[in-house]
Amino acid sequence: MMDHAPIVHIRPGRGWASLELGELWRYRELLYFLVWRDIKVRYKQTALGASWAVIQPFGTMVVFSLFFGRLAGIPSDGVPYPVFAYAALVPWTFFAQGLSQSANSLVASQDLIRKVYFPRLAIPAAAVLAGLVDFAIAFVVLVGMMVYFGITPTQQVVWIIPLLGLAFITALGVGLWFSALNVQYRDVAYIVPFAVQFWLFATPIAYPSSLLPEQWRLVYSLNPMVGVVEGFRWALIGTETAPGPMVLVSAAAALAILIGGAFYFRRMERTFADTI
Amino acid sequence: MPSISVESLGKRYRIGEPGSDYTTLKEALTSSARGLAASARSRLRGDGRRRREHIWALRNVSFDVAPGEAVAVIGANGAGKSTLLKILSRITEPTEGRATIRGRVGSLLEVGTGFHPELTGRENTYLNGAIIGMTRREIARKFDEIVEFAEVSRFIDTPVKRYSSGMYLRLAFAVAAHLEPEILIVDEVLAVGDAAFQKKCMGKMGDVAQQGRTVMFVSHNMDAVQRLCSRGILLESGNVVAQGPIAAVVARYLSARDVESAPGEWVDLAAANRTGDGEARFARVRYSGDDAGPAGNAYPHGRLTVEMEIDAEHALTVESLAAGVWSAGGVKLVNADTVARGWTVQLRPGRNRVVLSIDELYLNPGSYRLGLWMGSGLGAAYDYVESAFRFDVVPAGTREFGVTPAKDGLVPCAFRVAVDQVPTLR
Repeated sequence: MMDHAPIVHIRPGRGWASLELGELWRYRELLYFLVWRDIKVRYKQTALGASWAVIQPFGTMVVFSLFFGRLAGIPSDGVPYPVFAYAALVPWTFFAQGLSQSANSLVASQDLIRKVYFPRLAIPAAAVLAGLVDFAIAFVVLVGMMVYFGITPTQQVVWIIPLLGLAFITALGVGLWFSALNVQYRDVAYIVPFAVQFWLFATPIAYPSSLLPEQWRLVYSLNPMVGVVEGFRWALIGTETAPGPMVLVSAAAALAILIGGAFYFRRMERTFADTI
Repeated sequence: MPSISVESLGKRYRIGEPGSDYTTLKEALTSSARGLAASARSRLRGDGRRRREHIWALRNVSFDVAPGEAVAVIGANGAGKSTLLKILSRITEPTEGRATIRGRVGSLLEVGTGFHPELTGRENTYLNGAIIGMTRREIARKFDEIVEFAEVSRFIDTPVKRYSSGMYLRLAFAVAAHLEPEILIVDEVLAVGDAAFQKKCMGKMGDVAQQGRTVMFVSHNMDAVQRLCSRGILLESGNVVAQGPIAAVVARYLSARDVESAPGEWVDLAAANRTGDGEARFARVRYSGDDAGPAGNAYPHGRLTVEMEIDAEHALTVESLAAGVWSAGGVKLVNADTVARGWTVQLRPGRNRVVLSIDELYLNPGSYRLGLWMGSGLGAAYDYVESAFRFDVVPAGTREFGVTPAKDGLVPCAFRVAVDQVPTLR
């Protein structure tokens, strides 16, 4: 019986720990259940239920259309402003929700962390993944709007899958940094809403990035959400911005954030149970 | 090859530093409630804020556990038991030393970890099962058994926030009890539910130990520990002070903590090992046995009067004030609790003197421990001194007749014998 039993060595860890992605893979069922729980619980005992997934980006779109589209007359790359804004708000909401939820996820799961062992990476990862359902619901409304405005996407629509992956990587990467910091410094809970708000305006959601001078656009794309949002618009409604280089810069930045965040997280992980 | 081998394991906690919180502090300190209050005060005053103090919750701990062995870890609060289990469960890392574990580990440091109030019993069974390390197929296979064990089949599709606390705990334990790893690490999960369910839980735990699984078990219940485990490890302030056959280790643990008291002598409880929120505290206690006066011994069938002085911070109605008597082996024999009668005790601010008399003590001669409890009717402890002192019940020459049998039990009984001739067939 003991022949092929796993052998675990427990000893003090020093310095940077390896990511142990194999361990995370062994716990994939737990990851699945955590995602499933977050989805099940998200809209329990709310009157409007899952319609909140639409109300948030849609409401923001209405406000933006009135103030930025109508009053300020901000250009929208030649497509109707509501679609222009909403096509950006759908991936943005996925990102912003994922970031907020994952930043808070470890603290919200402190009972688990103090009482059970499993790769802690599963907690913020589940928090971001659970947002996919909301994304899907909001996306259906986006399709409805495109039909209404008579926009037919081309084959490049398949690009939204890797672009959604990029939004996921960004949300998880930043979420890992914030959630690990939040264990020790609860200040993070106050920083996150502010950071999200700031980030919203640093991303071309209410305005097109074509407003920026050409030579600044690549620097601007170091904000990974720039690539995501511009990519989404290009893939879905065919804005003529050709965001290829921007997406590449964004992807590189997002990967750097994710890998750095994962290592930082693993390093802090060993004291989570003691400090949370 | 041992299932678990631990070599000079140590865990150091930093205290007095921002970021170290009270739970850690509580575990790290040899948790006298007073020490905690003092450190809280110094924190509030702001001194000690930047002082970095280290406390070894565990130091130089070494032992082996053979496959199939059931080992109990015992010790007072703050001795390092939970820290040890947390390290072996990989929840926290040691500061020094190492441990090697051969086999799949399941650890239950709490029942119902991760239960979500909004989810139904069925959903929580799957979620909690996954959290403690069961696969989805495993849970599906055992699902009916779990529900039946928990006695909640009618409510399995109801959100657990509508469950009574008993149902909730039963379901939580049932899931945990169906975890079947090669090595099981358990912390005090037996104390759930009503008496009948507790018995069922004990039976389940006994099965686990008998199935040849390796078990490490932490409990304050000496009775349970002795029934389930063959070997014991005694921790004191983070060090292993004894290990060996369970009965010997339990006896050593109990005798080390006891203050022997003669009748009529006040026992000061200021330094006693205790738990509770401290709203009111037992200051000192004395007992007397005989009806005749304060200097009497305790006799079988005699009276036992417990006189205690209680310090209360403010006026307080105590719904449950109890004196308990334990055997030397740690079995609780008597619990004289006001809550059973519906009596309450009114405490005034300052020092109160309360007398509790047990009219007739059904105890055979021997050595016993007395413990004191004070709490709300719902079971929250103001002050709980599990072992206030040890006292002797002495043979009462004047009341009884005859010889004490060699292997007498713990409790006397009133009995009679009738002899009749039975006609026999030839």
